[in-house]
Amino acid sequence: MNFMGYRRKNGRIGTRNHVLVFPTVICATSVAEMISRAVPGTISVTHPHGCGHLGREKELIVRAMANFCAHPNVAGVLLVGLGCELITPELIAGEIAGEGQRFEILSIQDEGGTTATVERGKTLAEGLLEQAATARREPVDVSGLIVGTKCGGSDTLSGLTANPAVGNAADRLIAAGGTVILTETPELIGAEDVLCRRAADEGIAARIREITAATEAISQKAGVDIRSSEPSPGNKEGGLTTLEEKSLGAVLKGGTSTVRQVVDYAGKPSEKGLIIMDSPAHDAVCNTGMIAAGAQVIVFTTGRGTPLGAPTAPVLKISSNSGIYRRMTENIDINAGDILDGKESINSIGELIFNEIIEVASGKLTKAEVLGHREFAIHSLGLNV
Amino acid sequence: MSLSALVLHKNDNVATAVRPLENGGKVAVEIEDGVVDIEVLQPVPFGHKFALRDIKAGERIIKYGETIGQATEGIRKGEHVHLHNVEGLRGRGDRP
Repeated sequence: MNFMGYRRKNGRIGTRNHVLVFPTVICATSVAEMISRAVPGTISVTHPHGCGHLGREKELIVRAMANFCAHPNVAGVLLVGLGCELITPELIAGEIAGEGQRFEILSIQDEGGTTATVERGKTLAEGLLEQAATARREPVDVSGLIVGTKCGGSDTLSGLTANPAVGNAADRLIAAGGTVILTETPELIGAEDVLCRRAADEGIAARIREITAATEAISQKAGVDIRSSEPSPGNKEGGLTTLEEKSLGAVLKGGTSTVRQVVDYAGKPSEKGLIIMDSPAHDAVCNTGMIAAGAQVIVFTTGRGTPLGAPTAPVLKISSNSGIYRRMTENIDINAGDILDGKESINSIGELIFNEIIEVASGKLTKAEVLGHREFAIHSLGLNV
Repeated sequence: MSLSALVLHKNDNVATAVRPLENGGKVAVEIEDGVVDIEVLQPVPFGHKFALRDIKAGERIIKYGETIGQATEGIRKGEHVHLHNVEGLRGRGDRP
């Protein structure tokens, strides 16, 4: 089975053809935005990182930035720095050059201030846009697809309708040779047995228990009940009572396949099939991490409703109930609430989601893209000074 | 067919309301191989849970066939099951 994707020189497959203006440090975020606004057709992101990171945190942020910028949905990237930061454009360029990604670099201190940097940045971004415009979609096998899954603003219906329907679509994609990422480690807490029974080997099962134990230890160290934060207030209002309950509903998004690998935050899997990525629960942090890991499409379920998108990958929104679909139709692509009304089944909505993934991967815009939602956030370990 | 409540696994001791049960009363609940009537004792909002049988204090709450927490007090069949009578067992940094 094929979809229409962009085959990059390094063999990776893109579902979008973005030119990204990326600040490697917070001090360059406004300049990056000014360049992007001046060159329609480009996009930029903002973040608070780039300086003061120690050890493992620096590694994590460099990995997330480099993998995000080298992503096949990005045709070319303009890396903008200040000049005195820890994570420079040159550092990220060094990481992505080996991947064959097209890039330009720019430093505000070298250029001599905001105006000069924006002027030079406009020229560089226009050059990247011209090169991007030569890319054409071509038929590629769906086994080249990596789909990230996420739920946000969940209610108890999420675990009954939207999540199992996404799981059904995940099983279909994996059966066709593709890859699905399940993430959000706090929402694996209480569902370890379900996942470990499906682990490809003992090492993977041990790794699943390791990442949930590390997350659970955060609430233990803080001396608080994890329920002070998870489930969230909206989750509880929606009927979710405990984190374990939320987790058991959340992992249904991954379907029923064998768990092939557990990767670090923003780490690229070397296996295909069902992959678990270690990440905190934060919706935008999860999306950014899964995109860096290689996801070209995100499928996002919601019960309470959320407009969230992502800068470089389409986010396909699935509602768990018909009430929120009616209230937030402009934000939600598919309503799994019809399963409750008996009009549809998990299998029929699963098929609908799978077909929509193929359409979106081939260029159909999701509602989050049409509305311009580009939320972006990188995980931080708090190891900074 | 429009359902009032769902049970996900034959071992579950709670059901999930899939429409608001404002006044309680008798509700048809679909379980694996049949339908049982449960007398719901109090209002249960859309998406919330109620007990399928009497649950003792300290007993595990089972949904999806797995443990989602434990009862902090006795819960009668048909009672609303939520934050007021269930606690989580994981991530309890508030406990020694």
